[in-house]
Amino acid sequence: MDRALFESLLRLGDSTLILSQRLSEWCGHAPALEEDLAITNTALDLLGQARLWLTLAGEVEGAGRDEDALAYLRHDHEFRNVLLVERPNGHYGDTLARQFLFDVWHYFLLQELTRSNDERIAAIAAKSVKEVTYHVRRSSDLVVRLGDGTGVSHNKMQEAIDSAWRHTGELFIDDEIDREMAQRGAGCSLAALQAPWYDHVREVLDEATLVMPSQDEGMHAAHRGGRQGRHTEALSYVLAEMQSLPRAYPGAVW
Amino acid sequence: MSKEWPLWEVFIRSQHGLAHKHVGSLHAPDAEMAINNARDVYTRRNEGLSIWVVRASDIVASQPGDKEPLFDPANNKVYRHPTFFPMPEEIKHM
Repeated sequence: MDRALFESLLRLGDSTLILSQRLSEWCGHAPALEEDLAITNTALDLLGQARLWLTLAGEVEGAGRDEDALAYLRHDHEFRNVLLVERPNGHYGDTLARQFLFDVWHYFLLQELTRSNDERIAAIAAKSVKEVTYHVRRSSDLVVRLGDGTGVSHNKMQEAIDSAWRHTGELFIDDEIDREMAQRGAGCSLAALQAPWYDHVREVLDEATLVMPSQDEGMHAAHRGGRQGRHTEALSYVLAEMQSLPRAYPGAVW
Repeated sequence: MSKEWPLWEVFIRSQHGLAHKHVGSLHAPDAEMAINNARDVYTRRNEGLSIWVVRASDIVASQPGDKEPLFDPANNKVYRHPTFFPMPEEIKHM
């Protein structure tokens, strides 16, 4: 099996899957009808992307695991998502901060992956980037509205950005798998995404009258490891809920 | 100032449509977000190519009480109805 390729696909699939699961928790609870529809739309976009990545991961692994086996029958230490996406929803500003910081990264990552020399990766990235282009636009617009809103919304948005920030360092740290994939021309260097990410985030936070945390604050080693399978306890709770049905009723179908 | 987001009316021109059609309304804090919301609420199944949003308060509607003077023209002016022209066979719906 192509270990680096398999791991890379899990990282993409797991990050989109877990964020989708988190966003789905808002269904029926968002602060306005329009937000409820928008956030669940985003959840469905990400779930569709997760299915493509995980299906391909299953094929690459060649051990007979399909998308369902990978989504529902792995333990937390086998998940490869970035820590940012497993953060709890918190209040709506927390969810938006997480979404915004992730969307911008996701967008630049997918842009790079559309140039992958692995046709399957390039195809999934090309399909996904259309959806994610809109996700970035929406979450950026909303961060500006809330940051530049009332005094209360400004403070809440600032706190949400500050809090989510600690899990952004991980997004730009390459390990041996990333380096191998980049060298082969199949993946890309995460470190190279940092400059464009930083520029876009700064532009939006400026417009939102919010203060951008310093780059170092996201770089603490304690706040990374998701892509290598070391997670916060939050992921265990996400999985306990997400996987309860397929584990209680193996092979259940609609 | 009201705490509610203002109401917007949404018009969408469909894939093959010639004109924007009113599809419904929604709440949004400003025009840009109204377009975003309209996209999420009304166009997720490839319904449209173009969205117009307009503040509901900017629309002036005719009054139901004005029905007769506005919409009840004298039907005896036959020259208003182009019924005297022979239509070519090929034209099906006119």
